[in-house]
Amino acid sequence: MSDEEKVSTGLDQPTTTDVTPGGDVQPTGLAPAEKIGERQGMFGVQGTGDTSGYGGLHRQVDMPGASNPPYGGWMDEVATALAESAKAGALDSAVEKVVVHRGEITFFIRREDLLAMVKLLRDEEKLRFEFCSGVSGVHYPDDAGRELHAVYHLLSMTHNRRIRLEVTAPDADPHVPSVCATYPTADWHERETFDFFGIIFDGHPALTRIEMPDDWPGHPQRKDYPLGGIPVEYKGATIPPPDHRRSYN
Amino acid sequence: MTTDPYAATEAPSYGTTQGKVYTVTGQDWDQLVAGVAEDHEDKIVVNMGPQHPSTHGVLRLILELEGETVTEARCGIGYLHTGIEKNMEFRSWVQGVTFCTRMDYLSPFYNEATYCLGVERLLDIEDQIPEKAQVMRVLLMELNRISSHLVCIATGGMEIGALTVMTIGFRERELVLDLFELITGLRMNHAFIRPGGVAQDMPPGALDQIRDFVLLMKKRLPEYAALCNANPIFKARLVDVGHLDLAGCLALGISGPPLRATGYPWDLRKSEPYSGYEDYDFDVCTWDTADAYGRFRIRLDEMWQSLRIVEQAVDRLADLEGAPVMIGDKKIAWPSQLSIGSDGMGNSTDHIKHIMGESMEALIHHFKLVTEGFKVPAGQAYVPIESPRGELGAHVVSDGGTRPFRAHFRDPSFTNLQATSVMSEGGMIADVIVAIASIDPVMGGVDR
Repeated sequence: MSDEEKVSTGLDQPTTTDVTPGGDVQPTGLAPAEKIGERQGMFGVQGTGDTSGYGGLHRQVDMPGASNPPYGGWMDEVATALAESAKAGALDSAVEKVVVHRGEITFFIRREDLLAMVKLLRDEEKLRFEFCSGVSGVHYPDDAGRELHAVYHLLSMTHNRRIRLEVTAPDADPHVPSVCATYPTADWHERETFDFFGIIFDGHPALTRIEMPDDWPGHPQRKDYPLGGIPVEYKGATIPPPDHRRSYN
Repeated sequence: MTTDPYAATEAPSYGTTQGKVYTVTGQDWDQLVAGVAEDHEDKIVVNMGPQHPSTHGVLRLILELEGETVTEARCGIGYLHTGIEKNMEFRSWVQGVTFCTRMDYLSPFYNEATYCLGVERLLDIEDQIPEKAQVMRVLLMELNRISSHLVCIATGGMEIGALTVMTIGFRERELVLDLFELITGLRMNHAFIRPGGVAQDMPPGALDQIRDFVLLMKKRLPEYAALCNANPIFKARLVDVGHLDLAGCLALGISGPPLRATGYPWDLRKSEPYSGYEDYDFDVCTWDTADAYGRFRIRLDEMWQSLRIVEQAVDRLADLEGAPVMIGDKKIAWPSQLSIGSDGMGNSTDHIKHIMGESMEALIHHFKLVTEGFKVPAGQAYVPIESPRGELGAHVVSDGGTRPFRAHFRDPSFTNLQATSVMSEGGMIADVIVAIASIDPVMGGVDR
């Protein structure tokens, strides 16, 4: 590990989630990992009452950080073609960062530019990502200002390549433009992501709940939404519901 | 006096701001039809399902009809939503398999496989999976493709009144389920493919039974062709129904047999081989009519290709007697072993003896792996596979902990069901059933 990537966090514990062991596709040095949260203690015990002695444990949650080109193989072709066509469309700053991890490439796109970018990705001859595999939401409650992520998996059947787009939105302003006009298949996927995460896809033709009942309160797959469940008694012993069981931070 | 709320009633009808509502509960049909005909000159909206037998489980169709012509068709889904993805976030990585196998209940091995491939990519152990585990995965997936296609053809036949197709379809599927039971212990919901390999080695005699099955299927599959392929009634119901061309498929994200029925040979087993599919000899089946009949013929042909792959996998397994089926890394491999005892399947007595009587470390190790599980490096992965219905993929996100931070399944049934409107609008109401049956949606996968 080289100089400046070890961001001082004031924590003396080593990060247990170093994500780039040798043999990975990571071509140019280790990218500084992106901190998205912090965990304390063990067994899920919070506050007092922790007699386990593990209360002092700290773990920083790091996602793989931005990679620098060259990314290796076809990924450079895609990244270059995308950068060129973005430049032609005055979208230079559309790509916030590129993450290459485990042989998969992720483009983080500014949400303002998402619509223009997916259109480029679908139509440009060198890109031709004509197939959208869907939209998936992820909620990172500790990633301040970028709590909600919408993740798009795109496939180019012409070139047989897969990329991932990631768009973030803060909890306070959960709006992401809808890509339905470019990828009609995103219709139900966006409805599902709205249903479960509360991301509002602006411009969607009919953004209603799809899996949960229409009058359901809250968005169940957000991290702040409890799993629910009741304790189960079996032969005199009580088993707590899954979200109250021991967990390992 | 109490009234039975579930009793069949005389054509109850009541008015709303949208018009008069009729509830059909098995009363005199003539009366109902007369009533509807009186009130509605032109359009009626029919709620088909969610309990209609030909909607493949609990699918609700909202059809706007003019006479027998469908002017608008919409799907209502969510009746089978079980929160599997959320639940997986509260279980260890290995336990996740137990949950996701239940999603698309007709192709459990595919759900397990795509999830495990994602976890293995995050763990960076993709090239450490033992060869035998890979071959067993392929074997099980291809047997599963046969059983899934059989159900599709069987229920599809039943829905258009071809009951013999249904009975023979389920007859053959039962044979596949018997093989699953022999190999994994269960007919469905196996949780057999685990991160790092598979749960257990092949039981003795399984290869012979699979060979017998392949021989039998080669006799039985032509029966389907003889019954259906040139059957004028069957063709009259399927040909040119549920048309969807290549451009429509790509726009709507449709994959699997509906995509291949447009003549485009897209199959992830060929284009992005996983689990060693590049080592098997098989063809991608296509058809060029882009209709329900083409999808039926593709499924029929794919079963033959699956048999080919099964034969090759069995031959390879015959040479792999005694080879490991779980990754060598003891920090990931599931420690417990099962065996058949006098009272059925249970923990292997040898393993119990080892951890309880011989090695304290082995006990600690077993305990830690089973209760806490292993940690998966932070990151995200998406490894799609070709399920019987199309591209099935798990978007697996880890925060470096012992549980999935998020697992999202891109289920082909969910995506393909979006084609209901374009496939059935403008057609007859009877064709809606055929169109939906031709994309073979499984509601457990749609709703998850």
